[in-house]
Amino acid sequence: MRPKSARLGGVLAVGLALTLGLAACSDGGGTDASPEAGSSSAAAGSTIKLGFMGDLTGANAGIVIPPRNGAKLVIDEYNKTNPAVKVEMVEYDSQADPSKAVALAQQAIKTDKIVGLIGPAFSGESAQVAPVMEEAMIPSISASATNAALSANGWKYWHRVLPSDSVQGPGIANFIADGVGSKNAFVIDDKSEYGKPLADVVRTTLEGKGVKLTNDSLDPAESDFSSVVNKVVAAKPDAIFFGGYYAAGGVLLKQLRDKGVKAKFLSGDGSLDKGLIDGAGAANAEGALVGCPCYIATPDVTDAKVKAFADAYKAAYSADPAIYAAEGYDAATVFIDAIKAGNTTADKINAFIGTVDFAGVSKQVKFEANGEVAAKDIYIYQVKDGAIGLLGKAAEAKLG
Amino acid sequence: MLNDFVNQFWPATIDGLAFGSIYALIALGYTMVYGVLRLINFAHSEVFMIGTFGAMFVPFVLGISSPLTGIALVGIIVAMILAGMVASAGTAMALERIAYRPLRSRGASRLAALISAIGASIFLQELFALLIIPKVFNRPQQGRIPMALPRLMERTELFSIFGHSVRVDQVLVIVAAIGMMVALDALVNRTKVGRGIRATAQNPEAAVLMGVDINKIVRMTFLIGGGMAGVAGALYLISYENTNYFIGFLFGIKAFTAAVLGGIGNLRGALVGGITLGLVENYGAIFFGSDWKHVISFSILVLVLMFRPTGILGESLQQARA
Amino acid sequence: MNQNPLARFRTGLGNFGDVMHDRWLSTPGWQRWIVYLLLIVVALLLPSDSIGSFMSPDTDWASILFFPIGTYVVLAIGLNVVVGQAGLLDLGFVAFYAVGGYAMALIGTRLGWNFWVIMLVGITLCALSGITLGAPTLRLRGDYLAIVTLGFGEIIRITARNTDEIGGPNGIRGIPHPPSINDLHIFGVDVSNLLGGIEPLKYGVLDPKPYYYLLVGLAVIVIILVKRWEKSRVGRAWAAIREDEDAAEVMGVPTFRFKMLAFAIGASIGGSMGVLWAAKSISINPNDFQFLLSATILAAVVMGGAGNLPGVMLGAFVVAWLPERFRGLEEYRMLIFGAVLVALMIFRPEGLLPSRQRRAELKEGSGGMGTLGAEVPGPEAHGEEVASK
Repeated sequence: MRPKSARLGGVLAVGLALTLGLAACSDGGGTDASPEAGSSSAAAGSTIKLGFMGDLTGANAGIVIPPRNGAKLVIDEYNKTNPAVKVEMVEYDSQADPSKAVALAQQAIKTDKIVGLIGPAFSGESAQVAPVMEEAMIPSISASATNAALSANGWKYWHRVLPSDSVQGPGIANFIADGVGSKNAFVIDDKSEYGKPLADVVRTTLEGKGVKLTNDSLDPAESDFSSVVNKVVAAKPDAIFFGGYYAAGGVLLKQLRDKGVKAKFLSGDGSLDKGLIDGAGAANAEGALVGCPCYIATPDVTDAKVKAFADAYKAAYSADPAIYAAEGYDAATVFIDAIKAGNTTADKINAFIGTVDFAGVSKQVKFEANGEVAAKDIYIYQVKDGAIGLLGKAAEAKLG
Repeated sequence: MLNDFVNQFWPATIDGLAFGSIYALIALGYTMVYGVLRLINFAHSEVFMIGTFGAMFVPFVLGISSPLTGIALVGIIVAMILAGMVASAGTAMALERIAYRPLRSRGASRLAALISAIGASIFLQELFALLIIPKVFNRPQQGRIPMALPRLMERTELFSIFGHSVRVDQVLVIVAAIGMMVALDALVNRTKVGRGIRATAQNPEAAVLMGVDINKIVRMTFLIGGGMAGVAGALYLISYENTNYFIGFLFGIKAFTAAVLGGIGNLRGALVGGITLGLVENYGAIFFGSDWKHVISFSILVLVLMFRPTGILGESLQQARA
Repeated sequence: MNQNPLARFRTGLGNFGDVMHDRWLSTPGWQRWIVYLLLIVVALLLPSDSIGSFMSPDTDWASILFFPIGTYVVLAIGLNVVVGQAGLLDLGFVAFYAVGGYAMALIGTRLGWNFWVIMLVGITLCALSGITLGAPTLRLRGDYLAIVTLGFGEIIRITARNTDEIGGPNGIRGIPHPPSINDLHIFGVDVSNLLGGIEPLKYGVLDPKPYYYLLVGLAVIVIILVKRWEKSRVGRAWAAIREDEDAAEVMGVPTFRFKMLAFAIGASIGGSMGVLWAAKSISINPNDFQFLLSATILAAVVMGGAGNLPGVMLGAFVVAWLPERFRGLEEYRMLIFGAVLVALMIFRPEGLLPSRQRRAELKEGSGGMGTLGAEVPGPEAHGEEVASK
C-alpha cells in the first residue's frame, strides 16, 4: 500500500502548509485589529494617520519602495521630536491593480480614517483612486504618477510633486533634437499606460522639430525584441527613444547593440534604474541617456539640504536615495508641515497644501490650482562606467 | 511596406527560425503529454521557466561572468543544457506525481487536472519570485525583476546571408534544437520505451493488456517532455541572456499554439508548428508592427484550424510517424 | 477496507450532502421559495461592517463584495453554462467581459446613453460576439476549442491595447455611473423632491453598496434564467452534447446550434457583468482583461463543481475571497492560493459541491464531463473501485 501511505504524507504536508498559513494569517489579523480599536478612541487627541499607496510587492516595487522610504523618513523624524500630534503612516499595497487600489482607498477612508494620502504611485491606479478621494474630500500627493491627463479632471484634492509627461516628453524630445543633435530618430513604446503616451509626446515634438521619425512598439512581456531590432537596423537612426520600463529597456538595449546598432539610446523615468544596466550589461549600457522629472541626489552633491537628506536616507536604509525618494520625502514634508501648522483635518490640510511654497529636496514645492507642481525641470541622467550619473537639466545638459 | 519586407526578410527569417526552434522544443512536451494522457499540461510553461533557471545556476555557482572560449565554452554550454534538463525533467516528474497522478487515480475529469495544473503553475511562479530567486540566486527584493545572464559566448558572426550576419548563438540554437528532435524521433520510433509510448497513445486499455506499465510510460513521457523544455530553457538563456519568474507564461501559450498548429500529439507537428509560428510572427511584425505579433499568431491558428481541424500534420503520435 | 480517516470523512460528507439534497427535493415549492427569499435577504445584508471585520480585515468589505467576489460569482455562473452544462472548454471567457466593459465605457462616454440602455446593448453585443466566435470554432473538438478561445481572449485584449481610437493602453476614463434614484423623473415629477433629502441608492464613487445591490439583482435574474434553461429542452440537449456529442447528433439533437446557444448565453452573462463592472469603475483599460482572469473563473467553476449552480457560486466565492482574506500574508498569498487549488483538486476532484450525477460518473471511473472526462485509467483506479465495493 505504498501509494496510499505516500498520499497520506501528501495530505499531512498540505494540511501543515494550510495550518501554518492560517496561523500566520490570524496573527496578521490580530495585530491589525488592535491599533484600529485604539485609534478610534484616541482619534481626537494624539495620533493621526497618513496613507501611502503603491505597488510595494509587485514587479515595479523598485520604483515605489524609495519614495515610501523617503516619506517614512520624514514621518519618523517628525515623531522623534515628540510632538503633541503624532503621525502614523499606513501602507496600502495596491500591486498597481486599480480595482484593488480602490478597495484599499475605501478601507483607508472608512476604517483607518486617514487625513491624507501619499500616492497612489502609478497613473493607472491614480485615475481610479483620485475620484474616490475627491468624494471623500481627502487630499493626496503622488510622488511618481506622471500621466498628463490626470490633472485635467478638475480634482481639488489631488496633487503631484513632480511634472507630468507633457513636460517630460518635450523636455526629452528637445534634448534629442538639440542636445544629441539627432536628424533621424526611432521611437519605440511598450504599449503601457505609461510608455505609450510618453512616447507619443516625444513623437509629436520631434516631428515639430523636423526630425525624421520611424516608429514601432513592443510587448514588455516578451523577451525577444528581434523584430523591433530588425526595423531599427533597417531605419539606420542616430537616436533611439524607448518609452517604457527598465526591465524591457535593458533587454532591448542589449539586443540592439548585439545587432550592431550604435545609435544613442534614450529613455524616460521608467527606465531610470540600475536594472537597465543589469539587463543590458555594463558595456552595452555605457552612454545610455535617461530623462526624468525627478531629482536624484548624486554622491557629489553640494547643496546642504539635499546632502542632509541623502545622508539621513543612507543611514536609515543603508542605500543611496534612488528614484522618487526625494519626491516621496517632499510629499510627506508637505503633510507634516500642514500638521505642524495645526491642521489636523483633511479639509484644513488640503487648504494648507494650496498655500505651500518652500524649497524641498527635489525642487521648489508649490502647487498650481489643478494640482500640478509649479517647478517644471526635467533632468537628464547618463550611464557612465556602469553607474547612473546626473548630466544636468534637459534644457542645459551637454553630452561629454 | 514591401520595401521594408525585402529589407528585413533575411534577419526576420533567421530570428524566426531561432525562436521557432525554442517554441518547437517546448511544444514537444505539450504534444507528448497530450498524446499519451489527452491532457493539456498547463504547468509545462513553468517547466520551461525552471529550465532557464537551472541553466542559470551553473555560471552562477561557478562565478563566471566573462566570455569564455574553446573547451571551457563548450563545457559550460553542455553543463548548462544538462542542468536545464535535470531541473525541468525533475519538475515535470514532480508535477506528474503531485498534481496529476492523484487525480488520475480518482478518475477525475481532465478539467480538474487543468485546474490542478493552473494551481501548480501559480505556485511555482510564486515559489521562484518569493524564495528561489531571492534566496538561491541571492537577489533579495528582486524576485520579480528579470535576471540577466552574464555574457558567456561572444556574439561573433559565423557567416552572412545577403549581407545579413548570422551569429553563432543563433546557429547553436537551431542546430541543437533540431538535433534534439532527431534524437527524440529515434527514441520514440526505435526503442522499447518509445513503443510503449506509442501503444499507450493509441489505446491505453489495450496497452495495459499487452503488458505495458502505463505508469512508467506516463512518467517517461513527463521526463522526456520536461527534458526537452529544459534544453529549450538553456538554449534560450544562452542566446537571449535573460529570464524571469513569469517567462513561462508567453512561451507556454505560444508553444501550446505551435503544438496545436502542427497537430497536437504529433511530434513532427510540434517542429513544423514551432518553426511556422516563429517565422509568421516575425514576418507579420514587419507589416503590422511588433505589437501585433500575438494577434498574428492566434489569427493564423484560427485560420489553419478552420481549414485543417486537426492542425497542419494532423494528430498522430500513435501512428508512429512521430 | 482500510480507508484512512480523511477518506471516511469525505464519504461521510458526501452522504450527508445526499441526504440534504433528497430532503431539499422533497420540500414543497412554497417552502423552497421562502428559503430563496431568505437567501436574497442574507445576500443584501452581507456588506455590513460587522461581517466585514472578520471576512476582510485588510480591505473594505463592501468593495470586495462587488469586486472580486460578486463579479466572479456572476462570471462563473456564465462560464458554467458553457463549461459545466454544454461541456465546451472555454479559456477565453474574459473576452466577453471585456466586450461588455468596453461597450459600457465607449457608449457611456461617447454617446452618453443611459446605463440601462447600454446594458441591453452590451448584452446583445456580447451575444453577437459569442456567435461570431462560435461560428468558425465550435466545429472544433475539446482542446482545439480551448486554445482558440484562449487566443480569442488575447486577440480582444491586444486589439484594445493597440487601437488608439478606443484609448489604447490608457483605456477609457470618466465612465458614467448608473442613474441614482434621486436623478429620476417619473411622469415629470422629480423623485428627489418626494424623498425629501435622503439619498437612497446613490451611485457615486465612495459607497460601493448600491452597486452591490445592483449586482445581487443581476445575479438573481441570471440564476433564475439559467435554472429555467437547465430544466428545459435546451438543458437536456446540453447534457447530451456534454456526455457524448456524436450520440446526441445521431439522436437528432442539432448540436451545433445548441453549442452556439450555450456560447451566446455564456457571453451575454459575462457581458452584462462587464457593463455593470465598468459602470462602477470610473476607468477601464486592457490590462483588466488578462488571461489570468479567465483561468481564475474556470478554476472557480471546476473547483465549485462544474454544472452545479450552488457549487459554482461557492467556488467563485472561495477563489475571490481567499486571496483577499489572506492579505495579511502579503506576498505569500498567491503562493498559498496556488497550493490550495492543487490540494482541492487532489482531494475533491469533483469540486466542493458537485452535482450528484457528476459524482456518480466519477465513481464509475469515467470522470464525467463527457469529452472532457478522463480517458486513461489511473494507477489505482481499479484497486480502489474494488475497495469501495
